Amino acid sequence: MPKKPARKTESLFVSGHRACHGCGLALAVRHILEATGSNVIVVSPTGCLETFTSPYGYSPWRVPWIHHVFENAPAIASGVAAALKAQSRESTRVVAIGGDGATFDIGFGSLSGMLERGDDVLYICADNGAYMNTGGQRSGATPLGAATTTHPAGKASWGKTERKKDLPEIVAAHGVPYVATASVAYLGDLKQKVRKAMTLHGPRYIQIDTPCPSVWNFPSHLTLEVGRLGVNCGLVPLFEMLNGKITKVKKLRSKVPVIEYLKQQKRFQHVVATDAPKERLMAVQEQADRNIEKYKLMG
Amino acid sequence: MADVRVVEGSEAVALAVKACRPHVIAAYPISPQTHIVEALARMVADGDLKAEYVRVESEFSAASVVSGASAAGSRSYTASASQGLLLMTEVLYASAGMRLPFVITGVNRSISAPINIQVDHQDTISLRDTGVIQLYVESAQEAYDMHLAAFKIAEAPSIMLPVMVCMDGWVLTHSYERVEFLDQKAVDRFLPLFRPENYLDTANPKTWGSYAEGDVLMEFKYAIHKAMSEGKSCIRKIMAEMTSLTGRDYGGLVEAYRTGDAEVILVAMGSMAGTVKDAVDVLRQEGKKVGLLRIRCYRPFPYEELLAAVRGAKVVAVLDANVSMGSEGAVGLDVKSRLNGRPGGPMVIDFIAGLGGREVNSTTVRAVVDRAERLFSSGAPPPEAEWLDLNPAIVP
Repeated sequence: MPKKPARKTESLFVSGHRACHGCGLALAVRHILEATGSNVIVVSPTGCLETFTSPYGYSPWRVPWIHHVFENAPAIASGVAAALKAQSRESTRVVAIGGDGATFDIGFGSLSGMLERGDDVLYICADNGAYMNTGGQRSGATPLGAATTTHPAGKASWGKTERKKDLPEIVAAHGVPYVATASVAYLGDLKQKVRKAMTLHGPRYIQIDTPCPSVWNFPSHLTLEVGRLGVNCGLVPLFEMLNGKITKVKKLRSKVPVIEYLKQQKRFQHVVATDAPKERLMAVQEQADRNIEKYKLMG
Repeated sequence: MADVRVVEGSEAVALAVKACRPHVIAAYPISPQTHIVEALARMVADGDLKAEYVRVESEFSAASVVSGASAAGSRSYTASASQGLLLMTEVLYASAGMRLPFVITGVNRSISAPINIQVDHQDTISLRDTGVIQLYVESAQEAYDMHLAAFKIAEAPSIMLPVMVCMDGWVLTHSYERVEFLDQKAVDRFLPLFRPENYLDTANPKTWGSYAEGDVLMEFKYAIHKAMSEGKSCIRKIMAEMTSLTGRDYGGLVEAYRTGDAEVILVAMGSMAGTVKDAVDVLRQEGKKVGLLRIRCYRPFPYEELLAAVRGAKVVAVLDANVSMGSEGAVGLDVKSRLNGRPGGPMVIDFIAGLGGREVNSTTVRAVVDRAERLFSSGAPPPEAEWLDLNPAIVP
């Protein structure tokens, strides 16, 4: 059997970890580190990433990585950055990678503090729209209409009735130099954004859409396809903001109706079912249309 | 010539911290801790202290910032009190578990509700199980000395745990006292630069804060326990070093005051001990064989010193400025755990005293001694903890 050619460089996030098949987050992390290079310290809150990468005695991380508790990754990162500064080791950069539960919800105060202080941290939120590590409970990042285990669809409910928290805007309101959204479905764009963020200093924020086959409930070979549909229907707008101004937007070639995205995922079954009240689908479509208008995604 | 000045207790702490050359300080205000971080902020603003001073948005983040900084190899410090210390609880457990050797001043203050800003020990006692070493001080001078010792204890390779110096709010933080300061060279000799064996290093990448299953978790926890219990000898050594450096001898993990031939031994922590010592002197003049055992190092608990000090005593009366609701005071429980059931050992009686700043004066101490003697003479088994000086008019 012919040998595979050796890789030119060893990945900084190697195989053997315990992520689910088709995990968008694991894919994102490998590419984030390809873009950051090895001179980084990574901080992660409790969550899927911590669980599947750190069973004691094993680690896919080839950079220093620290997990402390759930709600303090931004403050841990601030502490690491302060120490690097005090030790004149500032060529080493600090990157935090956390899920949406840690970022939108429980660590929100800590994140806001880090942003407001201007600490030199690139904070990356891997957003899969729910608490996947505990089985898919509602978070502030859960999109309108999605069923979660704590906000299921039932006779008296159609899943999440509130829209997703607009965290990139909230982060931008802190006056930080760089805010971007990305998707694992567009890895070139994702890496370009991470590289760009690494050239800047101060608090920077990238929110990456990382589809989760296990909880969104779609076949695990469709992660990228589902991610692409999310972007192309307008529910996951991809943009870049420098000093609070939008400088780059990924335009949509043609507007994909949200139903094409929703019908791939069982979490939206009650929205797209033929007998579902039409208002549900209309409400979700309205979210996409709002993004398309706000970020000028068409034309 | 020695540098002796009359300073506020908070200033003494800040000067001790400055002398330890911390890299990173995290600050969040809460009474009665705030003067400490304000004093440090002035030193940084004036360029007298080169440190990264991180003004966090909560105590949770204060503890987290020093944890991250410590993991990255920097000597780090923060301070808090009361509710703020409780907010840090989760962080402190994790940081002890990850063996991060920063120092915290735990300024003692009551816990809500009712909200109250006066002194008792409920806040730091609530953190006794975190794996953070706790030292309780009686004076501003001791607060100064113990902050120097705290960094050395925390960073000792055999220990590597956070250390909290617990000092009574207002009584110690806001009182002016005569304090003798060491010169910087002496401090530098005592406390060399922090060079941990492990830190977040890109040249030697390691994974910190792993998920551990039941097959190894108990061993991790036991390692902390062992670092504490076996660390007592290291702490004794560092205390002895402090003594040779300063000429001040506090007695190691405990201070035994006139306990040699004492029949009644009071046990207390913090500034309350000063009052007790005065009361002991008066009672001694009256011919009563009374002494005080002041616990300075509460975690790890000084069982050896306790046993040695109470040998020969009839009764041990613990003054607990905290309570485990539905049970007794924490110090009383610790003392009983080692003394009860020892043949010929003393009777231990716990008293809940001084919550929310309720005054504990020499009359209180005298009443405790009388009560303890009466209970001992009655021959009845020791009662549950008694609450001192409750107002019958408002007790439900």
